[in-house]
Amino acid sequence: MSEQMNITGQRVQVNLAGLTKADYKGNPSTLCQGCGHNSIASQIIAAAYEMDVVPERVVKFSGIGCSSKSPFYFLNRSFGFNGLHGRMPSLATGALFGDTNLRGIGVSGDGDTASIGMGQFKHILRRNLRMVYIVENNGVYGLTKGQFSATAEVGLTLKSQGTNRYMPIDIAWEALVGRATFVARSFAGDPKQVKELIKAALSHNGIAVLDIISPCVTFNNQDTAMHSYQWGKEHEEALHELAFVPPAEEIMVEYEQGEAIEVTMHDGSAVILKKLDRDYDPTDRTEAMRILEEANRDQLLITGLLYIDTSQPSLTELYNLPETALNRLSPDRIRPPRETIKQVNELMF
Amino acid sequence: MSALSALVKEKNKTGSNRGVNDFSITVATVNGSGSQTSNLTILRAIFKMGIPVSGKNLFPSNIQGQPTWYTIRVSKDGFLARREEQEIVVAMNPATFLRDLQGVLPGGAFYYADDIRYPIDRQDIVTYPMPVKQITKDSGAPSNLRDYVANMVYVGVLSQLLGIDLEKVHQALSFHFKGKTKPIELNYGVIQAAFEWSSANLVKHDPYRVEEMDATNDYVMADGNTAAALGSIYGGVQFVSWYPITPASSLAESLNEYLPLLRKDPEEPGKNTFAVVQAEDELAAIGMAVGAGWSGLRAMTSTSGPGLSLMTEYAGLAYFAEVPLVIWDVARVGPSTGLPTRTAQGDLTFIYYMGHGDTQQIILLPGSVHECFEFGWQAFDIAERMQMPVFVLSDLDLGMNNWMIPPFEYPDTPIDRGKTIWEDDLEELHGKWGRYKDIDGDGIPYRTVPGNRHVDAAYFARGTGHSPEAQYSEDPQVWHDNLERLKLKYHTSRQYMPKPAIESMPDAKFGIIAFGSTETAIEEARHQMAEENIPTDFMRLRAIPFTDEVEAFIQDHQCIYVVELNRDGQLTQILRAEFPDYASRFVPIAYTDGLSLTAQRVREMILAEME
Repeated sequence: MSEQMNITGQRVQVNLAGLTKADYKGNPSTLCQGCGHNSIASQIIAAAYEMDVVPERVVKFSGIGCSSKSPFYFLNRSFGFNGLHGRMPSLATGALFGDTNLRGIGVSGDGDTASIGMGQFKHILRRNLRMVYIVENNGVYGLTKGQFSATAEVGLTLKSQGTNRYMPIDIAWEALVGRATFVARSFAGDPKQVKELIKAALSHNGIAVLDIISPCVTFNNQDTAMHSYQWGKEHEEALHELAFVPPAEEIMVEYEQGEAIEVTMHDGSAVILKKLDRDYDPTDRTEAMRILEEANRDQLLITGLLYIDTSQPSLTELYNLPETALNRLSPDRIRPPRETIKQVNELMF
Repeated sequence: MSALSALVKEKNKTGSNRGVNDFSITVATVNGSGSQTSNLTILRAIFKMGIPVSGKNLFPSNIQGQPTWYTIRVSKDGFLARREEQEIVVAMNPATFLRDLQGVLPGGAFYYADDIRYPIDRQDIVTYPMPVKQITKDSGAPSNLRDYVANMVYVGVLSQLLGIDLEKVHQALSFHFKGKTKPIELNYGVIQAAFEWSSANLVKHDPYRVEEMDATNDYVMADGNTAAALGSIYGGVQFVSWYPITPASSLAESLNEYLPLLRKDPEEPGKNTFAVVQAEDELAAIGMAVGAGWSGLRAMTSTSGPGLSLMTEYAGLAYFAEVPLVIWDVARVGPSTGLPTRTAQGDLTFIYYMGHGDTQQIILLPGSVHECFEFGWQAFDIAERMQMPVFVLSDLDLGMNNWMIPPFEYPDTPIDRGKTIWEDDLEELHGKWGRYKDIDGDGIPYRTVPGNRHVDAAYFARGTGHSPEAQYSEDPQVWHDNLERLKLKYHTSRQYMPKPAIESMPDAKFGIIAFGSTETAIEEARHQMAEENIPTDFMRLRAIPFTDEVEAFIQDHQCIYVVELNRDGQLTQILRAEFPDYASRFVPIAYTDGLSLTAQRVREMILAEME
């Protein structure tokens, strides 16, 4: 980061992309004051700025719901598409073939992902599309005024909805079962962790699922509710302390031998996972599933990088595409030459 | 009269012997028994003999064990629609034997597998028992393969009794098995054995036979799904997402087959300039295509009625967010599962209004396999020019049956990417750009696509109300203006639509309007009616919205029969809505039973209405 003069002669901080933090802003949020989603949008802005991301190289996607409005509140200089309820994954899948240099950031909610969009969620995992998939998980439908979502805990009582009868869906668990190559759980009340996880996710060559508990202050923030700020604060147990180290930057984080795990990302960056109370190896899927089960039993909000596999190719790498972006190919590269029509007719009977 | 039938008339010098090059064959078999290969072999061999011929598969929604029929029409006059009656029946399926027996026209021929032991109670036909099992065995075919080649027996017997050239039969097999010697010789061995057995044991008592002509030299044989795939490839398709569904699956499968062959990148050798993704369902298939179309790719998906139902919401969003993509509907009989392996024109009004709120969709209406190719590439130009979904409405009859057609022609217009702007354009505009701004007064805005690095390029696409600058808006005036602009845009699209095909006769008594695969039946019916002194004019629509020629034709005719393969007269409904001043001129001739239309049906229904 350095300082630069802006047009009015003021000194402003710019990053290596030559951009100020304001260049990463979105429109003012229209979500409720204190909504977890706003905090996540701020961390996306901070992460992108700190990572020197060029906003034109990012594409934002969302489905429908409060969560899905949030791409409008960050990275205004990025293209975005607010698609259909539960069908952001397919939209992103097609769009990211247009130019494979682009990074996708998809924002969904627990209704959008775990109910109407469960099918598309599961299938984007197995395709390993290179995209950050954030679920802003609050256990409730906000935009339609407070109905239970599929991640709400059994026994949760909501105003004018009664008591929830059904078992909740655990999005991180579903992601693990679906063989996602990057699975994290976080808490909007832990912005530092959210930011570091977003940085790591942006560097991941594949689908990076961030299941972020993001309280709904209007409809589901009673202290006893498992998606509330209070419950999160009281029950969060971070698996590790995360630090993201950009590519070609010396690792300055200090740690003792055996006190941290270093994960090298596809683009040369690294994620340092500093040990806290327990040993945890995020490259072991079985261990990730075990710890989720344990957290479920012990009523803990386990956060951090649950699982990562950096060895899998991402979707578009399976297609042997040219260096030139598909959406920039000239007509002569997409229409076969004239002489081929004779061959084609000969191939018919 | 079509170019084909005119040509055939001209070339047909073989005389009008009853039974020569003018009859229909129906083959009744059990599905999954390899009969498709046998039937295609007969069809192709007759085609290679220069005789106009068509083949239609009436198959069950099943993999093995259900009855299936294949009808072949041989017509020296070039009439290739299905007929209601058949002169020749080949009965290989005990389950349908008695019904098949009743289907032979008096004086016709009935070929049957002699192990089917039902009494034959008809004296007005000629019967030919075939010792299928014995011939198959004697041919030397290995015992484990006999069940799969047994149907070649009727190919051999028919070849001998009808005069089908064995050399052409061999060519047809060679094509079918892509030159692989083993299956070719195995099947041909059975055919030869059956041919020899027939020469030695059967005496021909019926008049039906083929004689070589030269009416098909300028034609190729292909199905509409293959043609659609090839046309799309020449249209520069870059992204395909699809989900398996009969009868559309072979369209995407053909793309998988031909894309690697035809789309070798000249700049970066060995690289693919396309991607095909088999989606998890039709909801995702269209979602991916919308994403790809939005990001500047020539994107398409292919489906049939049930899939179309699932695609509706995204189709509506694409209309409103102005995303180009191409959607092929290879129609089957609905609603619901309906008759998945039979044909209909039942999706027209559904597509026309597809999407909630006010939507009007563009629909191209190919009437032949040749047009499946042509609209295959044109659809992308129209979609990108209009920044809209473009539907191409084919059907099972076009899509899955083999038709003789003129060879495919290279696109005669360059690729049109429409109003897509890049970094240089934005630089010139000094940032004065709005995604949904109508600069040219034609309702079509300018668009950028992701990957455009200009600082002013990005915008947020959405289904919610938006201003010309693509900002969220619930302002009543903004909503109203935007929807009116979309209407203007739809109106603009008329000039890019394929014009209707119009065929006139002097002193025509009335007009006929139709679309799609019913053309062959209508042509033949018009020919028959003309001979009864009822000359007619005919307009085959090739696209909706309608061009000026459509209105002119309607103005010129006081009475217009609208022929279509559905119950409710869907095209009639649209015509009445689009041309309310002429609403009373349209008389629906609508019929659907799962089968393709016949000339007899068209003629009888029109004559009944005339009374």
